Amino acid sequence: MRNTWTICRRELYSYFVSPIAWVLLTVFAFLGGYFTYAASAFFVKDSLQSQMMGQSMPMNLNDRVIVPVLSNVAVIALFLLPLLAMRLFAEEKRQGTIELLVTSPVHDLEIILGKWLSAVLMYGALLLLILADFSFLFVYGNPDWKPVALGFVGLFLQGASILALCTFISTLTKNQIVAAAIGFALALILFVLSWATAFDSSGVAQVLSYISIVSHFDSFSRGVLDSKDFIFYLSMIFFGLFLTARSLESMRWRA
Amino acid sequence: MIQVEGLTKRYARHIAVDNISFSVDKGEIVGFLGPNGAGKTTTMRVLTCFMPPSDGTATVAGYDVFKKPMEVKRRIGYLPEAPPVYPEMSVRAYLAFVGRLKGIAGQDLKRRVDEVAERCAVADVRDRLISKLSKGYRQRVGLAQAIIHNPEVLILDEPTSGLDPKQINETRELIKNLAGEHTIILSTHILPEVEAICQKIVIINKGRIVATDSVENLTHRMRGSDAISLELETDGIAGQSDVQQRLESLSGVSKVLFKHATDHKLTFEVESLPGQSARADVARSVVNAGWNLFEMKSLSYSLEEVFLQLTGGSPDGDQQ
Repeated sequence: MRNTWTICRRELYSYFVSPIAWVLLTVFAFLGGYFTYAASAFFVKDSLQSQMMGQSMPMNLNDRVIVPVLSNVAVIALFLLPLLAMRLFAEEKRQGTIELLVTSPVHDLEIILGKWLSAVLMYGALLLLILADFSFLFVYGNPDWKPVALGFVGLFLQGASILALCTFISTLTKNQIVAAAIGFALALILFVLSWATAFDSSGVAQVLSYISIVSHFDSFSRGVLDSKDFIFYLSMIFFGLFLTARSLESMRWRA
Repeated sequence: MIQVEGLTKRYARHIAVDNISFSVDKGEIVGFLGPNGAGKTTTMRVLTCFMPPSDGTATVAGYDVFKKPMEVKRRIGYLPEAPPVYPEMSVRAYLAFVGRLKGIAGQDLKRRVDEVAERCAVADVRDRLISKLSKGYRQRVGLAQAIIHNPEVLILDEPTSGLDPKQINETRELIKNLAGEHTIILSTHILPEVEAICQKIVIINKGRIVATDSVENLTHRMRGSDAISLELETDGIAGQSDVQQRLESLSGVSKVLFKHATDHKLTFEVESLPGQSARADVARSVVNAGWNLFEMKSLSYSLEEVFLQLTGGSPDGDQQ
C-alpha cells in the first residue's frame, strides 16, 4: 500500500503542476456557485410569493435547492471526469515512463489503485467546492444535513465509478485526447440510458435504465440509502479497475 | 549473474528473438551488439520483466524472470532507450519518487538521491525541471534513476544514443566507473562503443546470436593467424621483389603481399603460419640486410569487419 500512496502522490503532483487541476477547480467553483445562487434566488422569490398570497406552504431547502443543485453537479461531473482520467496511463505510455513503473518492484494493482485514487481524490477536492457553496445554506437556513451528506456520498461514488471506467480507457491509447473522447462518449451513453424507461417499460428498457449511472444517483440525492445503488457503484468501480488490470497485463504480452 | 536459455519472443507475424542463450558473470560489462531491429530491446525487456518470454527461461541473480518477477525487479536497474522521466518534475523530486518505488525510505532516500545525483553529474541541476534539461542531462538523470537502489544488475538500452560526442564520452566514463560493483548489460549499434567499454560482446542479428566472446578473442579468431604490416626502406639497390623473396624465405612466414611504395619506403603485409609468430625473424632479417625498418604493426580485423562478416550486411543494415 506504501507504493500505491507513492504513485498517488506523484499523480496529484502532476495534476497540480499542469493546468488541468486548476481549470477543473475553476469550472466547478464557477458552475457550482452559479447553480447554488440560481436555485437559492428562485427559492427566495418563491417563498416570498407564497407568503404574500397567504399560503403557508412548507418551503423545504433540501427539496428546492440542494437536490436540484446536486443533480446538476452530477451531470456536469459525468462529462468533466474523463478529463481527469485521460492522462493516467495514456501519458505514461507516450512518455515511456510506463516502462519505469512496470519494471519497478511494485504490483500492477498498486499502480492502478494509486492512479485511480489520485483521480478520485482530485474529484473529492472538486466536491469540496460544492460543499463550500452549501455552507451558506447552513448559515442562513437550516436544511436537513443527512440527505446532503448522502447526496455527496452518491456523487462521490458516481464519480469514482466513472473514473474507474475512464482509467481503463486511458490504458488503451497513447493519446490523451482519444482517451478523453472515448470517455466522454461512454459518459454520454451511460447518461442517455437513463431515458430508456421514459416511454417504454419493457424488460430491456428497465435493464438499460439500471445500467445507467445517473439513475442510481437519484435515490442518494433524495436522501435514501438503497443498498442496490450502493452495490451498483461498487461493482462498477470493481469492473473498471478489473478491466484496467487486464488491459495492463495484455499490454505486457503484446508490447 | 544472468542466465538466458533458449529465450524466444514471438509476435503474431514475426519472431523478434529466436532461441538465444548466453550468460553474464558477476561484475562483467557485456555489450549487446546488433543492427536496429535485431532483438536487443526485446531481450532486455524480457530480462527486466517488462514482458514475459514466449519460450525459454531467463534468470537474474538466481531468480526466474517469469516466476519471481518481484525479486528480479528489486535487483535490476533499467534505463530504456528513451529515459523514463516525468518532464513536469524536478530532478530531485523525480529521483526521490523512483527511490520510493524501489523501496528506499526516510533518511536513506535523501542520502541516495544526493549520492546518485553527484555520481551521474546531475547535482548542479537537482532543482531544475526535467523538461528544461538538455538531452544529455536527461540521459544522465535516467542513469541516476537506474542506479538509485544500488542494483546488482544494470540494463542499459542504447545509453549513448542521441548524445553529442562530449556527452558520449562522459556517459561511457560513467558506465565504466559503475562496473565492478554492478553487472552491466548494454546495447548499442555503435561498434567503437563496445570496444571502449565492454569486456564481452554478444552479437545478435535478426533475433539470433551470431557470436559471443571477448572483444580480443573475437577479432583474433576471425583472423586465424598472426598478420603484420611492415614498412621499410631498402639501401637503394634491393628492389621490391628482392625484399619479397627474402621475407618469403623465412621459416615462419606463409605469405608476403606487397602493398604499396611511397618515396623509398615499401609496405608489405606479412602473414605467419598458423599458430606461429614470425615477427622477430622478420625484424631481424630486415635489419641484417641493412635496410631501415620503419614500422611494424599487427593487423587484426576491426570489430567493424568482424561484424560485417558475421551479420552479412552493413553495421546499420536493417535501418529504416
